[in-house]
Amino acid sequence: MDWQALGLSLQLAVLTALLLLPLAIATGRWLAYGRYRGKSIVEALVLLPLVLPPTVLGFFLLMALSPKSALGGTLASLFGGPLVFSFTGILIASIIANIPFAVQPVARAFEAIPENVRDAAFVSGLTPWQTFKKIELPLAWPGLVTAFALVFAHTLGEFGVILMMGGNIPGATRTLSISIYDSVQGLRISDAALMSGVIVVIAAVSIAAVLAVSRRSAVLEFGRRR
Amino acid sequence: MRDDNASGALDVRLIQAAPFALDVAFTAAAGEILALVGPSGSGKTTTLRAIAGLVTPGRGRIAIGGDVWFESDSGIVLAPEQRRTGFVFQDYALFPHLNARDTVALAMGHIAIGERAEAAMTELARVGIAHLADRKPMGLSGGERQRVAVARALARAPRVLLLDEPFSAIDRPAREALKALVRDLAASSGIPVILVTHDIDEALALASSLVIIDAGATIASGTASELFNAADPRIAAIIGTQK
Repeated sequence: MDWQALGLSLQLAVLTALLLLPLAIATGRWLAYGRYRGKSIVEALVLLPLVLPPTVLGFFLLMALSPKSALGGTLASLFGGPLVFSFTGILIASIIANIPFAVQPVARAFEAIPENVRDAAFVSGLTPWQTFKKIELPLAWPGLVTAFALVFAHTLGEFGVILMMGGNIPGATRTLSISIYDSVQGLRISDAALMSGVIVVIAAVSIAAVLAVSRRSAVLEFGRRR
Repeated sequence: MRDDNASGALDVRLIQAAPFALDVAFTAAAGEILALVGPSGSGKTTTLRAIAGLVTPGRGRIAIGGDVWFESDSGIVLAPEQRRTGFVFQDYALFPHLNARDTVALAMGHIAIGERAEAAMTELARVGIAHLADRKPMGLSGGERQRVAVARALARAPRVLLLDEPFSAIDRPAREALKALVRDLAASSGIPVILVTHDIDEALALASSLVIIDAGATIASGTASELFNAADPRIAAIIGTQK
């Protein structure tokens, strides 16, 4: 059992989910309520990481963030070292790969709030910010929990993007999934089985949490189940 | 916004060509119940939403007691939260996650935070549902939900009360009780009450004056007897066919 890889994976998953959440709230709400041209282009871009092969996404990120590229060079001087083959690098890659898993549930949750309910908040004297805080966020929180859990579970299992971007450096970029691959290559099958089991358990618990939260909120707020 | 004239007549004039035609003008005196009557899709609800600031009409003016909320000529457009309207939505639009007391208290931005819960209980008592203060919308009947919506609308100390099809989704006993409540509110609060309905009988039972809207245009306005005596066949059609 590669404890170091497990620790790194958990760290990567939590950080990815935490950093993505504010972005998902802003983008998801904008997609749900915004009326503007080109909205479908933004929606397509948000979904793109879902359909791109992880290796392809990883390849582009590797090229973009390489110290030889303009962006990668600037970021390298900003972060005090090249981003490729570093934890920061795989964190950025993981955030980009997980955008659809974070934005989609949040956008759906904001969309599900009836327009009249938001209007009622405005005519009750609430400013748009107060309406967001006191009406939209409390009603959309099951979507936020779903986004967090999906991103968390998905990051734990991520392989292609991480391998392309980070390689296989113990303590820096070797996540649990990569360690599993490594174990199989080295014929350490029982190690691989144990680590795979850990990922299955964490993923199952995450999905159960999502289902429990969405069922509970549906009963509490909308009375769908009597 | 001037605040010395807390109550006053509501003066509405709305004109637009797109996205759909609207040409509506009326004045509702303080304490008066005015009904906007017409078939569905005639522009009644849009007129209410324009008064509340939820939609901005093409041209026109909305003023109450001398304070201007909207004036296309001078570019004045107050946001909904700046207008102090009490709006009762057709589907009530209650906040699903809040109980009745918190719902009403949330609309009391003008009252010190520590006093809102008690003030909310007073509002709930005024509409006869103080005993339901801890219930969320899903634990309330249609008529009870509507009373929470009315209490929320009143919680803001509004300068005009806007009721969108308030009778459409409640049963007959609740309907009669609501009529009595609306009459009481108009008399006790001394603010104009604008009632939107497609039901001419409800309008005649409650309102002292009526504005008949069809396809976005005002085709008649006046008291019930004035409208009954009108010679215009279009008015007779709307009053007659729906009676």
